[in-house]
Amino acid sequence: MTAPALARALDLITRVRGVRGAMVVSRSDGLIVAEQLMEGIKGSAVAALASSLAGRLHRAMVSAGLGPSQFWHLQCDHGALLVVPAGSEAGLLLVAVTEADVNVGLVRLELLRAAETAP
Amino acid sequence: MSDDVKALSAQLASDPQSLVFLRLGELLRQKRQFDAATRVAQHGLERHPHLADAHDLLARIFADAHDYEHAFDEWDMTLRIAPQHTGALKGLAFLYFKIGDLAQAESHLQAAKDAAPDDPTIEQAFAVIRGEAGATLAPHAAVPPPAAAPEQPHAAERRSESVSALPDERIFAGLEGAQEGLLLLDAAGLVLGGALKTPEGKDVTDTVAAYLAGVSQESARAARLLDLGSWRGLSAEGQGGHVYLVQPTPESLLLLMRDRSLPLGRLGLLAQRAAQVARQWLERQR
Repeated sequence: MTAPALARALDLITRVRGVRGAMVVSRSDGLIVAEQLMEGIKGSAVAALASSLAGRLHRAMVSAGLGPSQFWHLQCDHGALLVVPAGSEAGLLLVAVTEADVNVGLVRLELLRAAETAP
Repeated sequence: MSDDVKALSAQLASDPQSLVFLRLGELLRQKRQFDAATRVAQHGLERHPHLADAHDLLARIFADAHDYEHAFDEWDMTLRIAPQHTGALKGLAFLYFKIGDLAQAESHLQAAKDAAPDDPTIEQAFAVIRGEAGATLAPHAAVPPPAAAPEQPHAAERRSESVSALPDERIFAGLEGAQEGLLLLDAAGLVLGGALKTPEGKDVTDTVAAYLAGVSQESARAARLLDLGSWRGLSAEGQGGHVYLVQPTPESLLLLMRDRSLPLGRLGLLAQRAAQVARQWLERQR
């Protein structure tokens, strides 16, 4: 995915009301590839944890015969973390950080749409 | 097809709006023709969606077919429409008893008794919950059908389940898929209860448990770093199914797995219900 394409994808995700920020994260090392985050969000740490969680879920789901994870959603008291694998061999993760009252279905759709455009 | 079923079917066909579907559905349930009974009840509900007795009928059909999740939903709906519906109160008491939640079972029976103080089956059910010698509970003891029904073989089997015998392996007894799609782990990823199988039937309990060790801590850290409070659930969609993870207690993790036919939102509700059962079981172990 080119830099402008990444920026466009993040732009579409963060336009959804209640989204506090979005990132593209390298799945293998948990480093941020691109980001649009509100001030105060600890992007680097969250990216690393998202990558690690994605790895655990991926292995658990494949072992359980469910195939690789296509979308996951960490629900918290005051918001959520939504993640969709993207890119060649799902080497990237699209991550959205949201408020509690966000339309999760809409963010999911935007994440999946953005993931489709990834090379 | 027996004469009485034929007669009721003809009556219903001549007047589809009538409530005769309740009797027909009940008759089919007693004859253990659950698919036909379900169709009759569901068609009736399409015409009478706010009829509490119709939801109660459907719940009893589901309970007889051992589909306790749907039975729960239907009795729950019955009570939303008619909060003092004794059939639904007794039905839910039975389901709570099945999963070992005796406090909820007793609470629902008490509500049933308040609504129908002269119903002798309620006292019988109370005796079971209190563990009185020789007392047993079955859905048909707690939930008598509108018309007298002959003893059914599977009901007799259920009566052999005494309240004092809830072995550890039955933590999730009564919850659909307890031995193939539910898993309770401790903080180290060791299995406390339940089991997981692939769609092909291969047991993957220990493998999945090992991969999930540490998920609670990482979820909690992510939530804390983002100032999102505590994490309440983690759901994931796969090509062949969904999983939902919750924390019944800070030291445990519960996973619920289902195929894609079950919507993720509903899976979350089931997971919360299973977590409640797990929490009570964990408390009893202390």
